Amino acid sequence: MQDMDAQGSFDLTTGRGLMACPRCDALHVEEELQPGETARCIRCGGVLARPRGGAFGQLIALAFTAMVLMMGAVFFPFLEISRMGFGNATSLFGVAMAFADGVLLPLVLAVLTMIVGLPVLRSFLLVYTLAPLAQGRAPYRHAARAFRWSEELRPWSMAEIFVIGTAVALVKVAGLATVHLGPAFWAFCALILVNLASRGFMCQTTIWDAIEDAGLKTDGREMAKGRAP
Amino acid sequence: MTDAAPTAPVMTAHRAGLVGCRSCGRVWPEDQETCNRCGADLVPPDRRGLQKVWAWWLAGLIMYVPANLFPMMRTQTFAGLQGSTEATILEGVVELIHYGNYDIAAIVFVASIIVPIAKFLSIAWLARVAGQPATVEQAHTRLKIYEVVEFIGRWSMIDVFVVAILSALVQLGFVASIHPGPAAVSFALSVAFTMLSAQSFDPRLIWRGLPLRSRTDTDDKGQD
Repeated sequence: MQDMDAQGSFDLTTGRGLMACPRCDALHVEEELQPGETARCIRCGGVLARPRGGAFGQLIALAFTAMVLMMGAVFFPFLEISRMGFGNATSLFGVAMAFADGVLLPLVLAVLTMIVGLPVLRSFLLVYTLAPLAQGRAPYRHAARAFRWSEELRPWSMAEIFVIGTAVALVKVAGLATVHLGPAFWAFCALILVNLASRGFMCQTTIWDAIEDAGLKTDGREMAKGRAP
Repeated sequence: MTDAAPTAPVMTAHRAGLVGCRSCGRVWPEDQETCNRCGADLVPPDRRGLQKVWAWWLAGLIMYVPANLFPMMRTQTFAGLQGSTEATILEGVVELIHYGNYDIAAIVFVASIIVPIAKFLSIAWLARVAGQPATVEQAHTRLKIYEVVEFIGRWSMIDVFVVAILSALVQLGFVASIHPGPAAVSFALSVAFTMLSAQSFDPRLIWRGLPLRSRTDTDDKGQD
């Protein structure tokens, strides 16, 4: 960690220039970190910030990659199954259509949301937030909300769990019929790697600071509540 | 980032009369209700928040009962001529073992039996002891458990996905078909509710009531 005497521009009454650890509430003085440095909480040891050089560009690229892969994953055949001449090759889209009028529609919708909808939505929200920041322009309207939603939805996007589920399903169905993996399955596998890479570049604190520094439009509450400008 | 307070006692936002945003880390005066940077609601670390944890926990537990009693899926071969078999979660695992798929059986067993039960116990324990005095080492253990619970909870969805994939794929009509049972829905709900329960738990409560010192008293940074 850095020398704290160099700093000193914080205010214990308004909270300006301070940061609280989200896991243990310990107060820290905010400081600009160099790319590659890591800031850890003094109390619980959790990572507070870990900026990477050129992270915004990488994150945008990875988000686009994820969207393209997801498109393939939805429309290409996922698994092919055959037994005694009866064959069935199906894409996720086809599966969804097959169930579109059944009693299981809610379950199918929930599953599709978790494995397709949310990953795509999160990629979109991330690009929306980061694209102007990467070019040094002011963020779009509601960029803060977009990024917060993207982070809140993280545990609910379950593409990687779906892939493991596919492996289990393959074994279970092996006794009933022959199964071949389609291109969509490999797209899902690639998606996991893309997500892992994206996670390595992601540093929420840096992005929040960037959103703020780039001139986030607020609704004026901060004036009323007396936050120092 | 450096410590804002003299070393030995860790200054927390709560103690300083401030409230920290759990979403972005920004610190605001205690009477502020919404974070002006990210728009999240500001919640002080307070035992009242545990009500939400218990409510979701109970909902998850209630849904977990039918999830284990009802069949997870129904397999029909030759339009039912060869009989149809129904399997609950546990029977599904036993079936896998029966066919010699020990590794897959282990995955399903861990994901849909061990993990949910361990999760119920851990969340209940965390919520029970939250805010009670503990040593620093105990607090670190609790935080570790909380992080594991948060990370591992979503993996219980595996079984739901397996049923969804199987029933979608094995529509061979006459030869074989698989239909999801009522347990699939209630198990999915149970997992979702326990995820919500874990998310409602405020890890800052773990550290409340702790003696005022940091983990390493040796490190002596400057005063503010």
